[in-house]
Amino acid sequence: MYYLGYTSLESGDLFTGYTFTWAWDNYSDAYTLYRSHFIRSFEYAAIATIVAFLISYPLAYWIAFRGGRWKNLLLLLIIAPFFVTYLIRTLAWKTILADDGVVVSILQNLHLVSSDGRLLATTTAVVAGITYNFLPFMALPIYVSLEQIDTRLIEAAEDLYANRAKAFFKVTFPLSLPGVFAGTLLTFIPACGDFINAQLLGTPQQQMIGNVIQRRFKEVADYPQAAALSFVLMAIILTLIIVYARSVGTERVTTGTA
Amino acid sequence: MTDPRLNDAITRRQLLRRAAVGGAALSLPSLLAACGGGGISGETNAGGGASTEVKQQLADTLVFANWPLYIDQKGKQRPTLDEFTSKTGVAVRYIEEVNDNEEWFGKYQAQLAQGQDIGRDITVLTDWMAARMVRLGYVQKKDKSAIPNESKLVSTLQHPTWDENRDYSMPWQSGMTGIAYNTKETGPVTSIEQLLTDPNLKGKVTCLTEMPDCMGLVMQSNGDDPTKVDPAAFDKAIATLKDAVDSGQIRRFTGNDYGDDLSSGNVAAAMAWSGDVVQLQLDNPNLKFVLPEAGGMIWTDNMLIPIGGDVFTASTYMNFVYDPKVAAEIEDWVNYICPVEGAKAELLKIDPGVAKNPLIFPTESMLANVKSFDPEAADNADFKEKFQTVTGA
Repeated sequence: MYYLGYTSLESGDLFTGYTFTWAWDNYSDAYTLYRSHFIRSFEYAAIATIVAFLISYPLAYWIAFRGGRWKNLLLLLIIAPFFVTYLIRTLAWKTILADDGVVVSILQNLHLVSSDGRLLATTTAVVAGITYNFLPFMALPIYVSLEQIDTRLIEAAEDLYANRAKAFFKVTFPLSLPGVFAGTLLTFIPACGDFINAQLLGTPQQQMIGNVIQRRFKEVADYPQAAALSFVLMAIILTLIIVYARSVGTERVTTGTA
Repeated sequence: MTDPRLNDAITRRQLLRRAAVGGAALSLPSLLAACGGGGISGETNAGGGASTEVKQQLADTLVFANWPLYIDQKGKQRPTLDEFTSKTGVAVRYIEEVNDNEEWFGKYQAQLAQGQDIGRDITVLTDWMAARMVRLGYVQKKDKSAIPNESKLVSTLQHPTWDENRDYSMPWQSGMTGIAYNTKETGPVTSIEQLLTDPNLKGKVTCLTEMPDCMGLVMQSNGDDPTKVDPAAFDKAIATLKDAVDSGQIRRFTGNDYGDDLSSGNVAAAMAWSGDVVQLQLDNPNLKFVLPEAGGMIWTDNMLIPIGGDVFTASTYMNFVYDPKVAAEIEDWVNYICPVEGAKAELLKIDPGVAKNPLIFPTESMLANVKSFDPEAADNADFKEKFQTVTGA
């Protein structure tokens, strides 16, 4: 942390060396030059987190309450893709979404994608890639907290004349909040800094802040700027988490009582 | 960790290594100082002195860091390396670790800057990065007395601006950068202008992330000279490229990975490297490679001896691959452009098909139509920054 902060205030280049000069302009540049990348990153991460939640919750719910003896197998299926590396999984999507591939032609027949349209190298592909890659991080914590719910509480709610929807929103969902909280964080935080999906499934118009940091660091060897950007990213994420934790209520989250 | 014997062994080995490298390591600060003035003359003496007089004795192992798929292979064997071992008794540890010039440099820069041995006797880097390594004093002079075959180096590559007399480097392979297109997806694509503006290709074009290749092609298309880059011309090329990005013409910027997209038809036309296309054509005969009308690019990857590498062993290996017979064997598999005079004649005997392929042994007129990118400009931070911004980051 200290080293990162120190580097972010240096100036210079690879050949003359880097010196510490309180170069705050690394930070102002982070805002003026890369604002759109930051905004895009948070947008994509937020959408991906929401979509992942919408998919994961029913999935986890179903496994936890209806899985029966297949529970472990179903969980294994969720994790199974993770036996393959991140990169390969993302590359696989390139094949699935290929312009001449099955998915695109079906969507074209349904007129969901125009006949000369494509899925690969679009915003949709990038967000879908992020959602897919972080889905288990959302599903598993939710599953754990749903699994721990004492079903007698739900039965009690129904005995007390709550209909099923009401029982769900008054009892089940609040009790699963710790899992939802953990899941959103585990998805949102890495998604903000992700660059693989944008690089492989996007075009230059979909580049996220992670791509910028990676290139600053690797291609341009502008370590101070890369460090400053990382710092800003970290600060924003931290702020968002605090706001989020406050609004959800840390106590509820940590103790899990409704 | 606490075993004293282990500690001893390591420090002793390091000491011995340092002693051998001594000359180069000690003179590093002076090399760096010389860089400021920009003169190469200063370093030549400083760097050479001790290291060229290394014992003319072969080491047990040669550690060779190269790009993936860049040497002949037969199953799991690498025939020319085995040949080298049986000829000299030197075992070769061949590491395919260079995927990207900057990435490789970033990995070892800290060690090299401190004059430490990175455990590599030979590494292969592209012109501009090789120039940077020489300028920073991260490499050792080769032992010319061990390389009589150097006379076989083709004349066009004998005097690069960054290493006038090839004191530090030996070309490994060259390659051309041009346009590749898939005839199933598009008609002929013959110019960069067409690649970047033809509405039929919209969203089906990729360009290269390697700045010298990409910008060199665009600059030539604009009628500018990429061998000596003028900032205004560079900016003009950036503007041309930016228009194509903004209009959605360019789908992605890629490294070697354009191959998959091009073969599968996701991409109709791409900036591409000649050797890649030769290999891709084996699986997909619909792919064509052309040099753009305004001119293509040529680049060379060079063998270098990083600080700490065994100069005599590395030089002996360089000599070995400059034997036209060996060069022909490597060429038959690698399919880039061979820098060794006489390799074509040898290859005609073993594989005339490859020897007659103009992408591997280009014709005179093709060679007249390619230029190599200004190595100084290739390493210019300002240019690189502008280029990165256009490519989306």
